[in-house]
Amino acid sequence: MSGDTGDKKEIKCVVWDLDGTLWEGILLESNEVKLKPGIRQIIQTLDSRGILHSIASKSDYDDALAKIKEFKLEAFFLYPEISWNAKSTSIKRIQENLNIGLDTIMFIDDQPFERDEVQHEHPEVFCLDASQYRNLPDHPRLNPRFITEDSKKRRHLYLADMKRKKIEQEYEGPKQDFLMSLDMTLIISQAKEEDLKRAEELTVRTNQLNTTGVTYDFDELKRFLSSDDYRLFICELRDKYGSHGKIGLALVEITDKFWQLKLFLMSCRVLTYGVGTVFLSYILNEAKKAGMIVRSDFRDTGRNRMMYITFKFANFREIQSQTKGEILLENNLTKIQEFPPYIHVIIQ
Amino acid sequence: MSRTQKIREFIESHLVISNNEKVLKDDDNIFELGFVDSLFALQLVSFIEKEFEIELENNDLDLKNFSSINSIVSFLENKLGR
Repeated sequence: MSGDTGDKKEIKCVVWDLDGTLWEGILLESNEVKLKPGIRQIIQTLDSRGILHSIASKSDYDDALAKIKEFKLEAFFLYPEISWNAKSTSIKRIQENLNIGLDTIMFIDDQPFERDEVQHEHPEVFCLDASQYRNLPDHPRLNPRFITEDSKKRRHLYLADMKRKKIEQEYEGPKQDFLMSLDMTLIISQAKEEDLKRAEELTVRTNQLNTTGVTYDFDELKRFLSSDDYRLFICELRDKYGSHGKIGLALVEITDKFWQLKLFLMSCRVLTYGVGTVFLSYILNEAKKAGMIVRSDFRDTGRNRMMYITFKFANFREIQSQTKGEILLENNLTKIQEFPPYIHVIIQ
Repeated sequence: MSRTQKIREFIESHLVISNNEKVLKDDDNIFELGFVDSLFALQLVSFIEKEFEIELENNDLDLKNFSSINSIVSFLENKLGR
């Protein structure tokens, strides 16, 4: 178990410059640019580890994208930013679209000026000189501890998200009808051993929608499974476009009087569907059935205010607040939000 | 536009109300009327912070301050004056 946030985080997305970085030469000067040797392999290797790719390039959008397509690489790059904007702006937009932390982004560019500009605006971003690209597969921040089913298909999950967002933007009509049209199912179960790698990965990767930011490794999680004092819940979201994967995790310690939430987290990828409250409602209802009230640990990590708001709006109140941002929340279970009509909930 | 109108407009466009035909009254409990999910909660908090240029402290984030249009307005009156 580790609550230390000082560690360098695993990189979630590599943002590439194009001219002089991904390929040799400058596209606007010559259409005959060539990919740098070995670059395709490197992109595929990182992709198979669940690391995403994007682009921040100053160039003509249509020309650059046509070239990327010619190289058959277009499916690898999510939310590419090709414009004449400052690269710090491009990176901010990519970060917002992917909904990941700036400190989980690596930016690769051959121009010192561009790296300095990004570094100056976003000190959290890890900037790398393009001449170092061959070392990427060995870089410690690009070697996640586990590669799970969810990480292997991560890019496809994001591609499906891009499609959903596009459809949502084009959808005219009440939000409820749109949500109904997604045909969402939330599947909640008690975690099994085969879920634990993903569970560990969630504790490491999830920052914003996370009550404590405490990470648990595989062996710790495994001990919870065999203990009568703990319950570990995991949930998966599916909709008509496919599965979002396992996206929520809750660790409950069961005492004489309380169900104590030691950890509650939801992947930021599903933030826009508001399913966190549904998962939370399920746990509150289960505790109520068992005749318990619910308490929750909470630690202000500087990044998880969203989760604090979620809990307060789910009728938790602070009963104890300590220095270092550690807070104890309690819910007397008098008001529990019902499941909304647009999500089908399955308990396994 | 008055605070009440601004808040009503926001809630009407963001809250998924169980009964589409329902007209939102100023003292309707929005937690009973619709599904207040984590996303709506975030949107409401950030709307209030931006629109009325205040920062909500942890203590302000209390369900009773946000349960209806009227309660949001009186909470804002306490914070900001009329």
